[in-house]
Amino acid sequence: MGKTFSKPEALSDNHTHYCPGCTHGIIHRLVAEVIDELGIRKRTVGIAPVGCAVLAYNYFTFDFQEAAHGRAPAMATGIKRVRPDLMVFTYQGDGDLASIGMSEIIHAANRGEKFTTIFVNNAVYGMTGGQMAPTTMPGQRTTTSPFGRNVEEVGMPVKMANLLAALETPAYITRQAVIKPRYINKTKKAIKKAFTYQMEGTCFSLVEVVSTCPTNWGITPVDALEWAEKKMLPYYELGEFKTPEQD
Amino acid sequence: MGKVLMKGNEAIGEAAIRAGCLNYFAYPITPQSEVAEYLSRRMPEVGGVFLQGESEVAVGYMLFGAGGAGARVMTTSSSPGISLMSEAISYIAGAEVPAVFVNIMRGGPGLGGILPAQADYFQATKGGGHGDYRLLVMAPASVQEAVEMVMKAFPLAEKYRNPVMILGDGLIGQMMEPVEFPDHLKTAPSNKDAWATSGMATRNSSKRNLVKSLFLDPEDLNNHNLKLKAKYEQMAREEIQYETYNMDSDYKALIVSYGTMSRVCRTAVDIFKAQGLEVGMLRPQTLFPFPLDPIRQAAAKGSCQAIFSIEMSMGQLVEDVERSVQGQRPVHWYGKCGGDVPTPEEVMDAIKDVIV
Repeated sequence: MGKTFSKPEALSDNHTHYCPGCTHGIIHRLVAEVIDELGIRKRTVGIAPVGCAVLAYNYFTFDFQEAAHGRAPAMATGIKRVRPDLMVFTYQGDGDLASIGMSEIIHAANRGEKFTTIFVNNAVYGMTGGQMAPTTMPGQRTTTSPFGRNVEEVGMPVKMANLLAALETPAYITRQAVIKPRYINKTKKAIKKAFTYQMEGTCFSLVEVVSTCPTNWGITPVDALEWAEKKMLPYYELGEFKTPEQD
Repeated sequence: MGKVLMKGNEAIGEAAIRAGCLNYFAYPITPQSEVAEYLSRRMPEVGGVFLQGESEVAVGYMLFGAGGAGARVMTTSSSPGISLMSEAISYIAGAEVPAVFVNIMRGGPGLGGILPAQADYFQATKGGGHGDYRLLVMAPASVQEAVEMVMKAFPLAEKYRNPVMILGDGLIGQMMEPVEFPDHLKTAPSNKDAWATSGMATRNSSKRNLVKSLFLDPEDLNNHNLKLKAKYEQMAREEIQYETYNMDSDYKALIVSYGTMSRVCRTAVDIFKAQGLEVGMLRPQTLFPFPLDPIRQAAAKGSCQAIFSIEMSMGQLVEDVERSVQGQRPVHWYGKCGGDVPTPEEVMDAIKDVIV
């Protein structure tokens, strides 16, 4: 009997620093599998964000750059403009992309920069210790919203995928999740589609991934999956919001 | 190609192309927008990349990404824009990526004004962003020199894997002067296979490259900073440039001045000479590394009674002049920073107040 399952070549042997129950590991693996399947590892450059995934380059086996908070799309723009033959992706969290990096992501998407963004939305700042993010749910307690997010004061959570889908420039914009196996399979398909559009030079692509953060949510990994399903998915609806074929 | 009459900003753009920099990212700001306007037409002609970013913040990171991938890159801006780019400049220095920044200075602080100034001396030479880093800073005094410095900046940025800044004032960008372009730089960015994220297949390597500035281990970060410090010390040994004027004479006063201001001072020196008063001038062409020893030696000359830092800023250059002179002679400051360039007469009055 031959080998039926192995680690993608695009993933390293390093143990991750992620907390127990964190979904970054799943998303890293999906990205690595897609890169292997498309055979693009040796011409791929990843951009790590500021946030929990700042050390993402320790877990992949190809070229990487490390961005400042929110600036990954500008760096990806720089690389892709001077080296259109490279495959470039940013891997960003919600504090990074939806707060401090709002300008960079919107303008990169609107210019139709031909790179891919993996946007991990777990409704909280992770690395800095669980502060409120633009994506934090109404009433959700965080270390800077100890009484729950008060939407009267700070507004409703930002739906990044929906917001970007409103731009006219052709793009592939989708929201997926990694909180159940069937969602995970769909997320992988979306990531593969996004990278394929990039390979073809078609358009900018963003895959938002609804994720969990048991540590900063203060609940068990299993409860976190349930909380995400019950609280986040009704607000952050899954689906493809924009495809280049629509345009 | 003979001499052509060109505006400083346009000549800076052309110089970049002739230095083999075919990648330019920028955001409009007075008084340097003509560089972007010029290169938006010129880059497509030479198959280069021109991109107008959404902000100076983003432009800084476009340079970081593109430079990190091994491309020769430049941006140009003016004072408030350089403040916004300073975040990226710190990361670029930390990650040891070559890049060229041109600051065509206007008055500050805040929005300040749009006329020439030299008020970003501290920002350029002492680190405008966070952390222990330095830029190699060159200050042109003419359009010709701006062209030559831009062309030298790329090999220097690559030699040190460090950002280089051309610090000109608004007049250097706005005035037209005859300029003769040196031959095209033929060198390609060197040694980049060792560090640039150019794609493993591109450099036919099984080793991946990382461009980063994070060192969580205190010993690693300290060692990284020691490595950067050693580069800055090497710059001080190898890259100091300055020009002297009337320093063969038995000068009673020594002027230290750079950029446009030094050209006014040169006139003042000539007038003084005609009147029978010898004044010497030392013009730093590199502001970092700074010509500390040459100024110290020039100040020690027996005839020299006092040193004057003449600058279009409110006492910035003078701190490095004092650091050079080390208390051997009195150091005086004269400057203006509203956008009017001081006249030779104003410079002479400031000197005559002290030297009799």
